[in-house]
Amino acid sequence: MKSTVQEILTHYPNAGHDSLIPILQQVQEKLGFLSEEAVVEVGKYLKMPASKIFGVATFYNQFRFTQPGKYHVQLCRGTACHVLGSATVLEEMEKQLKVKSGQTTRDKLFSLEVVACIGACGLAPVISINGEFHAKVTSDSIKSILDEYRNREVQS
Amino acid sequence: MNLTIEVNNNKIQANPGETILDVLNRHGMSVPTLCHMKGLFPTGSCRMCVVEVEGRRNLVTACSEPVTQGMKIKTHSSRVIESRKTIVELLLSNHPDDCLYCERNGNCELQKLSEDLNVRERRISGNKNNYKLDVSSASLVRDPAKCILCGRCVRVCEEIEGVSAIEFVGRGSKTFIDTSFNHGLNLSTCVNCGQCIMVCPTGALKEKPHISEIKNNLSDPTKTVIVQYAPSISVSLAEEFGFQPGVNIIGLMNAALRRIGFNFVFDTSFSADLTIMEEASELVHRVTNGGVLPMITSCCPGWVKYAEEFSHDMLPHLSTCKSPQQMMGAIIKSYFAEAEGIAPENIYSVSVMPCTAKKFEQQREEMTQNGISDVDAVLTTRELARLIRLYGIDINKLEPELADSPLGTRSSAGKLFGSSGGVMEAAIRTAHYFVTGKEMVKFQVKGVRGLQGRKEATVLMGDLEVGVAVVSGLKNAEELLQEIREGRSNIHFIEVMACPGGCINGGGQPIGADENAIRARMMTLYDIDEKDAIKVSHKNPYIVELYDKFLGKPLGHKSHHLLHTHYQKREIF
Repeated sequence: MKSTVQEILTHYPNAGHDSLIPILQQVQEKLGFLSEEAVVEVGKYLKMPASKIFGVATFYNQFRFTQPGKYHVQLCRGTACHVLGSATVLEEMEKQLKVKSGQTTRDKLFSLEVVACIGACGLAPVISINGEFHAKVTSDSIKSILDEYRNREVQS
Repeated sequence: MNLTIEVNNNKIQANPGETILDVLNRHGMSVPTLCHMKGLFPTGSCRMCVVEVEGRRNLVTACSEPVTQGMKIKTHSSRVIESRKTIVELLLSNHPDDCLYCERNGNCELQKLSEDLNVRERRISGNKNNYKLDVSSASLVRDPAKCILCGRCVRVCEEIEGVSAIEFVGRGSKTFIDTSFNHGLNLSTCVNCGQCIMVCPTGALKEKPHISEIKNNLSDPTKTVIVQYAPSISVSLAEEFGFQPGVNIIGLMNAALRRIGFNFVFDTSFSADLTIMEEASELVHRVTNGGVLPMITSCCPGWVKYAEEFSHDMLPHLSTCKSPQQMMGAIIKSYFAEAEGIAPENIYSVSVMPCTAKKFEQQREEMTQNGISDVDAVLTTRELARLIRLYGIDINKLEPELADSPLGTRSSAGKLFGSSGGVMEAAIRTAHYFVTGKEMVKFQVKGVRGLQGRKEATVLMGDLEVGVAVVSGLKNAEELLQEIREGRSNIHFIEVMACPGGCINGGGQPIGADENAIRARMMTLYDIDEKDAIKVSHKNPYIVELYDKFLGKPLGHKSHHLLHTHYQKREIF
């Protein structure tokens, strides 16, 4: 059985260092994040030290290194959202989820990511949970939004 | 020389292809540098070496800008000086101001730059760096808070050692240097060579300190504290006390070690002789019995860990001999303990090494007998200097003394271990005797001497033609190993040292030595060999006695038990 990473690598015969980022992007798409094992495997294939790949990957905001939760929260910190108070929203979100940005809750239900702008400035402050947008979020409304997802879990 | 450039209104000659910095240095002019590393490709990232070039709107980096005909350069215009000063002020803005507590106080490039550029006020204040210390390694301590991101450690690790244990992580103002997945050095591919310490301009990298543990044992009356020092220490320690590079202060060092309170002072060059007896026997055994060739030396713990991680296919090629440090440790706690009637557990065995990887080697579980470590603590050359000062010893006022008998007597072959090619030369001398029964007519093997990264020679032992190669810097080693893998077969014996030039340039040596200082240390070792009466390990009378009274014969049962080891494949992350 080929691992997911091996499967991806078959699409890159004779790949050089310039294929690193596309490979990492595909790995993240399949696994949801860049696991240590995946990075080591890619490194062996491209003959690159894991530290180098980690260095490149941490340079870009798009790569994550922890498994995302079932519900991935993207919290916009773009200009419009900032003006309308996304800093307090983030603070409250971190408090509610008990994780920092880039981390996943212990029950693996939620993961939190801060993004620069998701192009929905009219809805500011905006968050997106698994692609579902929630507009004009306030620190008071966060709990009910999160509960909505928690309830889905209980029902299913 | 067919270019003329003008520097500060003086015309000077330059070669096409040279950088401004090359030309300035050649003419004895200096501009400050930080990220620049001699011999490596310039990055121009720190901007410290900026100069003003007429006709150019922006300042240019001298390290990376090639000279052109008629170029007019100002190296110290007020614009240039202001700019350099601002860079230093920015570097200081998030640097922890704890110089008084810093390892590198008085020996710090950042401190020197701010002094030289007359930084006298805190003009820019930012948030101070706040990173965790990485104390996970047995050899090194990393303090990313003191790091100014010059990148020299990253480059030496990648481009000289081929290890790449550390890398820039993150982006922008949040960039710092770390291992992959922030695991800490002990879980990384780090081979503990310490070359990163040697290039670090600040106190962000240092050796794991063993001084306080040694102090405690020195004041414990139940312990017999024994010290051994590596061949290269006596020619480098002097620099820590203001002597010229290359001065041999072995006598003063013996005296200082006794003043500190070490009960016995031994010379690792003795066990280097012992290593040669075993290693040369192993070579002859492999050559005559069709063993795995080429045989590769195993004295360098940085190289050993590298082989276990990156070249485990080559592990059968490694000599099974322990390093001289570990052989000495094993002999002290067996032969010597028995002869003196001291219980091995009451011996505290310290070694002084030019090396940080020795601290890792000392705590390897293979390096024990019945649960007792062969060696208990390792000091670097720098730490020994600190210890001497700590005990208030004025090295200039001491009278030279001799090391203790019997483990303090060496041949000059053992002393050669300190320099790249030395193990090879010593081994050739003894192997020649083992194969032919005769001594070499001329002992010096010119082909393996010098500071080059790779040296090769062919040596005749009677009718036997032996191809030897000497590499230092693990990147050079990897290139040679690749040739071997691809079928090269005219090399039978390889010496590998992790540090460029060998132990005289080890990661535990005094910081700030340039190539001339390293060369001076090497020349002193060659000079000692020239003048010494006993030039071969097998003629060291105490080695002969050790085999007669205790070990039996090289590669014998006792040797195998005490002086040989094994290696394991390590997974790399």
